[in-house]
Amino acid sequence: MIRRLKNYLTGPKGVPYLFVAPFIIFFLLVYLYPLIMTIIMSFQQIDGPNHHDFIGLKNYMKLNTRDFNMALQTSGRYAVWDVIVLTIIPLLVACVLHSGLAKASNFFKSLFFIPSLTSIIVAGIVFRLAFGTLETATVNRALTFFGLQPVKWLSYAGPGNFVLILLTLWRWNGVNIVYYLSGLQAIPTDHYEAAQIDGANAWQKFIHVTLPGIRPVLIYVITITVLGGFSMFTESVALWQQNNAGGVGRTIVGYMYMVGFKKNNLGLASAVGLVLLGLVVAVNLIQLVLMGFFRKED
Amino acid sequence: MKKLLSVLLSLILMLSVCTALADDAPIKLTLWTFQELHTELYKVMLDKWNADPTKPALEIDFQVFPYEDMHNKLTIALQSGEGAPDLVDIEINMFANYLKGDIGLAPMNEYVEPIADHLVMSRLNNYSKNGNYYGIDHHIGATVMFFNTSILEAAGIDYTSIKTWDDFHEAGKTVLEKTGKPMIVWESADCWSVYPMVNQHGGDWLTPDNQVRMDEPVVVNTLAFMKSMLDDGTAIPCPGGWTHTEEYWGWMNGGNCAAVCMPFWYLDRFTNYMPDLAGQIKIAPMPEWPDGGHKSAQMGGTGTAVVASSPNVEVAKEFLAYACLTFDGCVTTWKICGFDPILMDVYGSEEMKEPNKFFEYYDQDIFAVLSEVLDDIPDTCLTEYFPTATDIVKTQMAYRLVELREDPEQIAHDCAEELRSQID
Repeated sequence: MIRRLKNYLTGPKGVPYLFVAPFIIFFLLVYLYPLIMTIIMSFQQIDGPNHHDFIGLKNYMKLNTRDFNMALQTSGRYAVWDVIVLTIIPLLVACVLHSGLAKASNFFKSLFFIPSLTSIIVAGIVFRLAFGTLETATVNRALTFFGLQPVKWLSYAGPGNFVLILLTLWRWNGVNIVYYLSGLQAIPTDHYEAAQIDGANAWQKFIHVTLPGIRPVLIYVITITVLGGFSMFTESVALWQQNNAGGVGRTIVGYMYMVGFKKNNLGLASAVGLVLLGLVVAVNLIQLVLMGFFRKED
Repeated sequence: MKKLLSVLLSLILMLSVCTALADDAPIKLTLWTFQELHTELYKVMLDKWNADPTKPALEIDFQVFPYEDMHNKLTIALQSGEGAPDLVDIEINMFANYLKGDIGLAPMNEYVEPIADHLVMSRLNNYSKNGNYYGIDHHIGATVMFFNTSILEAAGIDYTSIKTWDDFHEAGKTVLEKTGKPMIVWESADCWSVYPMVNQHGGDWLTPDNQVRMDEPVVVNTLAFMKSMLDDGTAIPCPGGWTHTEEYWGWMNGGNCAAVCMPFWYLDRFTNYMPDLAGQIKIAPMPEWPDGGHKSAQMGGTGTAVVASSPNVEVAKEFLAYACLTFDGCVTTWKICGFDPILMDVYGSEEMKEPNKFFEYYDQDIFAVLSEVLDDIPDTCLTEYFPTATDIVKTQMAYRLVELREDPEQIAHDCAEELRSQID
């Protein structure tokens, strides 16, 4: 019996299962089981380990509040800007670095990459103090020096979102540049030469050679940026700490955390989590369809 | 027979040696807190406890965590029934979370009830359910006014002449005119401006049976008064959003504002974070409302609790009572933490008059001010929906009033509706 099992597992039929087993086990325990439990819990009122009462859709009905809608708006606004900024700017920088136009491009590559090695909490505190509400805060000093009005950066949704995007850009720019560079380096140089012979200018080369060439990388970057945008939490906690006036920086994940742990309502938090999951899956699917991810390669 | 006897004897000998050893080994307890200052108090009281031969020797492992981390860990430990400490500090805004369902904390009634007449029971009611007291507070947290006398003197104002909020507002106009500085800040990101003022005025967020009180006229009137001070510049939004930020401390320490209204425990924030104002800050009772209300409001707090599943529940309870409910413990609380203790017997005693850094900083009879207001402090109503109410106050009420300057009636109405939608 044991010998037969051993033969099966070492044979060509069994080995693949053996190799994927760690992932399958990990997936079942760490992803699927919590997901199923979350779905169950989202229909429950949970008061301690022995008090689980099914309350139907009540948790979902409680989501129609100003707080939750504001968290949706904050996350949505952030995700949109995040995708725009973190797709375009690193792409432009990567193209410049790759083209050989910039001198010492290796130096700049490392320079752009360094922020992603810092702790987001530390960076958040520095940003929070630099963008303080007082007129004497660093950035407001600079503004008044140029004759502009000081801004209460973190007190309002617009400027708050700007600081958040700036922090994210500062931190993740380098990582996306690395992705793009790897994509750019995979484009054969004879494509550019052919375009040159056909009389294409730099812009036409970018549109017709570079962009199609890095499409897989572009899809990947946009997908993870959408995911990251909706699940952003640490950056807003670092900037606003636990006190989030007016919900200016409270994201959906921040709202979920607050409901689950501060109000000790894990049922409602599960419902928030599932709404977030639905939202992210929907947005990602739309984006992937639009970008032709499911189209068969020509 | 002889052999058997010798085996028996040696067994008895071994047993007695073991029990003797066990007697000497101190009982080990674990304590979680989010406030390192509290451990200083416990350490002093632990040394006194261990010096007393009638008490069983104790060894306490103090574990200090960040505020959110500690409460999250405790929630998970109590929910899963594993890994909880023996003793734990629970912040007042979070306490109601742990009184839901099966309560994982041990009642302290046997220590509280015999001395109930000597305690400020409204504090302990915050941590009680169905007549059981689960948390012991360290302070009353009576809200007082801290005046910067050098700014007031520059404007020609004697702070003791400010009796009502109208006086306060008038004084603010003079201060603004003469010095160009605001009288006070209102928090836009926390509840320490709105809640004490509403509560002192006679209002609250909830009734004990979870009826929402947020849109009552008293709340609207209080917000309207606060807005009137914002409108003429005598009050400004708090730099950094609330009075526990580096920005605010630096700004206040620079002598930029004439007053701040905070609970008694803010004493220690001045001595620690605003040292330049030593000798300039004076404590006074909160101004009173012309149309009634109370002299002060009890705000904030920490309910220290014993976890019911602890194997050493009894000794943990005894130590907690020893550290926080005895005369000695309460005097030590004042000396170390600068809190207003909950045991009324200590007020007026010689021990409380001994010089310390607080008397040095404020240079006044602090307890004379406190004793003026102690007889008229309303209860706060902390139901299981209090954390939800606090969150609405923090993220909406204070922000919309202070930063967006919206209509107080509209704010109160919206916040009350939001809270109602969260209550079953």
